[in-house]
Amino acid sequence: MKIHEYQAKQLFAAAGVPVPKGIVARTPEEAAAAFKQLGGPIAVVKSQIHAGGRGKGTFKEQSQQRGVVLVKSAQDAKDNAARMLGNTLVTKQTGPEGKQVNVLYVEQGLDIARELYLGIVVDRGMGGACLIMSSEGGMEIEEVAAHTPEKILKEPIDVDYGIFPYQARNMAFRLGLEGPALKSTEAFLKKLGRFFLDSDCSMTEINPLVVTKQGEMLALDAKVSFDDNAMFRHEKFKELRDLAEENPMEVRAGEAGLSFVKLEGNIGCLVNGAGLAMSTMDLIKLHGGQPANFLDVGGGANVDQVTEAFRILLADKNVRGVLVNIFGGIMKCDTIVEALLGAYEKVGFNVPLVVRLEGTNVEKAREMLAASGRPITSANGLTDAAKKIVAAI
Amino acid sequence: MSILVNRHTRVICQGITGKAGLFHSQKCREYGTQMVGGVTPGKGGTAIDGFPVFNTVEEAVRKTGANASMIFVPPPFCGDAILEAEAAGIAVIIAITEGTPVLDMVRVHRRIANSQSRLVGPNCPGVITPGECKIGIMPGYIHKAGGVGLMSRSGTLTYEAVWQLTNLGLGQSTCVGLGGDPIVGTSFIDCLRLFQADPQTDAILMMGEIGGNAEEQAAAYIKQNVTKPVAAFIAGRTAPPGKRMGHAGAIISGGSGTATEKVAALEAAGVVVAESPADMGTAMQRAIAARRNA
Repeated sequence: MKIHEYQAKQLFAAAGVPVPKGIVARTPEEAAAAFKQLGGPIAVVKSQIHAGGRGKGTFKEQSQQRGVVLVKSAQDAKDNAARMLGNTLVTKQTGPEGKQVNVLYVEQGLDIARELYLGIVVDRGMGGACLIMSSEGGMEIEEVAAHTPEKILKEPIDVDYGIFPYQARNMAFRLGLEGPALKSTEAFLKKLGRFFLDSDCSMTEINPLVVTKQGEMLALDAKVSFDDNAMFRHEKFKELRDLAEENPMEVRAGEAGLSFVKLEGNIGCLVNGAGLAMSTMDLIKLHGGQPANFLDVGGGANVDQVTEAFRILLADKNVRGVLVNIFGGIMKCDTIVEALLGAYEKVGFNVPLVVRLEGTNVEKAREMLAASGRPITSANGLTDAAKKIVAAI
Repeated sequence: MSILVNRHTRVICQGITGKAGLFHSQKCREYGTQMVGGVTPGKGGTAIDGFPVFNTVEEAVRKTGANASMIFVPPPFCGDAILEAEAAGIAVIIAITEGTPVLDMVRVHRRIANSQSRLVGPNCPGVITPGECKIGIMPGYIHKAGGVGLMSRSGTLTYEAVWQLTNLGLGQSTCVGLGGDPIVGTSFIDCLRLFQADPQTDAILMMGEIGGNAEEQAAAYIKQNVTKPVAAFIAGRTAPPGKRMGHAGAIISGGSGTATEKVAALEAAGVVVAESPADMGTAMQRAIAARRNA
């Protein structure tokens, strides 16, 4: 689960990780008041969306307006806020459709001496969490890794302790941080390491991480996502979820216990198992079609789930045909067909449907399909299924 | 011969009094697996459908001689259940549970790395040596005993591959579901090492997917160490970057972990890669034929 920058910073502050002073604003007036309250000669007004590249991003409705701006007066803050709130910010990471900005974060300006990069991820290769830092703050880390891999510094994180002081010092010296900045790096990394572990994060990224002229280290940005599997340990984090940031169909699928990802094509897919679902998308593409989605109904789909899955698929106006691909193992094929036919009745199918079944009780299931009298095309094997659905649309 | 499990393996189920735990323990027993009991804390001393239930894994091992465990406990307790099995000296721990927090698995990984026990999973369909021992949720009847060692990060896609092999007359030595989570106990390389050393296994089929670099590492290992023919399929060629495809592990980030890179690495290592998921079995056939003619 992803959260907004301002939410991440509030959690950082509570965990003792230094952040600049900032105030949330939901109207232009609130932005002006925030500027006054911060009391400095400058402030930064930042759009809050779940995507990076906001500083370089621009608005669909206001092509001159950037997603993050430096302001020099309360009026300036108010004017910028008015051009941002309610409008659609397009950045490198949002895709061309962009994301609507509903919340701003107004933050104090700082005397910045250094801009660094910091990330913590769970690294499969290492089998644990890993701290990544780089002197190239503000850059996309993938770019840095591709062109100057020697600038990527890594330290493994002890899953029980966090980041040891010696690891923090190693990082500081390699980044050329001395004096007060060395002390402040040690304190910052110790707190941040604890935050990552205590909160069950799956990813934390601070870009840029800044060191002020006074040698203080602060998180100027904050990107945090939590491990969905660990949410049972963090009831309070559930309130931080912003449904407006998520695809409504994906939210709906999640509620029905379905794993769904919207794609750009026109062939809807309903499959059991994630690996088979991905392979079904590949198969469609291989035969000249374009999958409209990834949809895994899981191991024990019933009529309600299949009905909801069909509704979600058919709600997509691009969908011109649906392919069902089931390998019945523990879940028997006849059970699935029962659910399919029940759902077919309820949903009111209006596009071609191709069904490919294999596995336990498949003969019985095929007979049930044939006897149903519904215009459902039965397929033998994966290739046949792909060819039939591509031909049908 | 086979790898990890065989007709002598004595299996307990952790979480046997749960619905899924009991159902699959029954199915494994029907298949012929020596299911010798189960563990549910607080229900020790009882029995369920003929399976004796124990409070701890240690007690179950002492009283049944179990050397393998199939884990079905709910996700918050999965990491702890694995640690308990390891501490009790269980040789092969197979965790089926889906949804274990990743940091729990980091702790488990550290212990297992320095242990005699082998962990498979979590979030996997299990391990089967056809005709001898099935530990997991896969349908038994699609398998056939033979010489292909199969390893996969997926569930139903594995069944698909097994079914294709069986229909082509290619039996399997052992099929291992490695699991779809970011951190799992057994890697492709672990399996490759075991399959290469196993006299019954004469060819290897692997099913990988996008995300991480396990397939690239496997390719490097195959090039150096594997003399048996290998075929592969990589799921997720069409998946968009940055999106989680069901499995937490299946995500392309920052241009790495793509199917194209994985396919290229495997082909460079002499692996026959199936372009379509419909051709996993025939890719295995081609790899075997190519080796025979070489």
